[in-house]
Amino acid sequence: MPPDTLEFEEPITVLLKEIEALSMLPQTPERQQSIDGLYRRIESIRGEIYASLTPWQRVLVARHPQRPTVLDYVERLFTEFTEISGDRRFADDHAIVAGFARYKDEPVLVVGHHKGSGDTKQKVYRNFGYARPEGYRKALRAMKLAEKFRRPVFAFIDTPAAYPGVESEERGISEAIAFNLREMAALDTPVVVIVHGEGGSGGALGIAIGDRILMHEFAIYSVIPPEGCAAILWRDSNRKVEAAEALKLTAPDLLGFGIIDEIVPEPTGGAHTNHELAAALLDTALERALALVSSMAPELRLDARYQKFRAMGNIGISEP
Amino acid sequence: MAWFKKTRKPMASSTADKPSRVPEGLWVKCPDCAQLIYNKDLEKNLSVCPKCAHHFRISAAERLRALLDGAWTEHFADLSSNDPLRFTDTKPYRDRLRTTRKNTGVNDAVLIATGRLEGIEVVVAAMEYSFIGGSMGVVVGEKITRAIEIALDRNLPVIIVSCSGGARMMEGVLSLMQMAKVSAALARLDRARLPFISVLTDPTTGGVTASFAMLGDLNIAEPKALIGFAGPRVIEQTIRQKLPAGFQRSEFLIEHGMLDLVVDRRDMKAAIARALRFMRAEPAPVEQPLAAAAAATPDA
Repeated sequence: MPPDTLEFEEPITVLLKEIEALSMLPQTPERQQSIDGLYRRIESIRGEIYASLTPWQRVLVARHPQRPTVLDYVERLFTEFTEISGDRRFADDHAIVAGFARYKDEPVLVVGHHKGSGDTKQKVYRNFGYARPEGYRKALRAMKLAEKFRRPVFAFIDTPAAYPGVESEERGISEAIAFNLREMAALDTPVVVIVHGEGGSGGALGIAIGDRILMHEFAIYSVIPPEGCAAILWRDSNRKVEAAEALKLTAPDLLGFGIIDEIVPEPTGGAHTNHELAAALLDTALERALALVSSMAPELRLDARYQKFRAMGNIGISEP
Repeated sequence: MAWFKKTRKPMASSTADKPSRVPEGLWVKCPDCAQLIYNKDLEKNLSVCPKCAHHFRISAAERLRALLDGAWTEHFADLSSNDPLRFTDTKPYRDRLRTTRKNTGVNDAVLIATGRLEGIEVVVAAMEYSFIGGSMGVVVGEKITRAIEIALDRNLPVIIVSCSGGARMMEGVLSLMQMAKVSAALARLDRARLPFISVLTDPTTGGVTASFAMLGDLNIAEPKALIGFAGPRVIEQTIRQKLPAGFQRSEFLIEHGMLDLVVDRRDMKAAIARALRFMRAEPAPVEQPLAAAAAATPDA
């Protein structure tokens, strides 16, 4: 089954239907040839479309339901993954995954949002990736464990937002995120952040402080979702396309602003079209990033992390 | 680092004489109890209704006046946003900034000052709500970070008075990163064992709550202030029902363990001073313990 196509992939959808129709008929060498031809056409059309995605189209790709999750990457790039649960205070939040594993045979810690893949039941179990205070507290507890045993941390970012519900406020979602921001800034172990899907505002940032920030080619990172921005600024959430444009939320934008260090390439057509290739492409970037931050002396690394975030946004300031 | 020696003229300057947020005119009607209050009386009462204690929103300059002993030195007043995203909504952000600067007389949504609070030297960051809803963009983040760095350099306590709708949309993800930047500076302040008092006023929401406003050694709120992460409208859309009265107000937050104190504006200065004396071994105040006072009183 090919992954669901998006609204702007209409030409691909048409070709896929043709292929489907042809596949129903008895197989002949000629027919197989035309199917192969159609697949090649799809690849070339896909290449064209994805070479010039608009910001809003990138939002759709970043939110694709079949986009690889943290666990898809863990399964392909890590071994001996052991998931750990709970914040030791209130509950276990399934919207954030935490656990230890081996990467290139080195023990590491993994945390990451998880939106739930597959059916609705899975998505509900993960609360669609909307983490509650317990999620952020679990993540920090896990990262403190990594610090204690001097293991590097990989933080995978993919969330629409922190959960905007009554219980989130009651249990201090603000405090949970704020405390993570402060403690991760000073966490004495290497931290590599991978924004691989949706970097949704404070809910993303709450586990996204590190020494090296990678971002996937078609991922987004924003202070507010385009729909929300449009609703506030124009009182019309349908102007989300314009809002996506205005917010400068794409990977190339963020690289230009100095907020991320590196763009991780994706398969043509987005990571959801080929999980294996997506993982392989991430592997290269991940290995390099880990080697880089692990080689730094702890004092220098913490200072560099401070200066990194200290400088963010200064390009937007005029000082006479 | 030369930049924090470049201080501004003391308080006779720009921000000190700004008009109060209290509406123009001789008399003001309290929105809570409908009491008519003589403007001068309201100002003398720190813009708190004398009848029902409704807290009117005040400007950053008025806040400094309410907290500090006389004159203060303002810092980094010249920093302004250069519209890094070239953002345009119903009008260009650049124009919005220009008009707001003109109307408020300040360059962005926070004032940084050093001065004395009951004699204790402090660094204060006071947010200005009338500047695009007190929203935090790159200038606010940088100024507060520099304020914390002054404190680290001179060994001073930090007080941040929040009054903000959160991160500033028009500066996009650069605004978001200010949460991380200020929090990282606060990590250094924390490790240096320097006091940080967070004062939360109406409203304190979004990225400001989810960063420095919740990180105080003490989190102190004014009564009935709206304090939260998500806006009430967003939450109502999520849960598809009306929120209970008092939700996300100071009294709700203290019940849920998120605040240390809810303090009337008229007692705020004294409350902060007491906290700082606990944290910093400052000289004893004139006030004496009850027992000592009783012992000192000659029998009638």
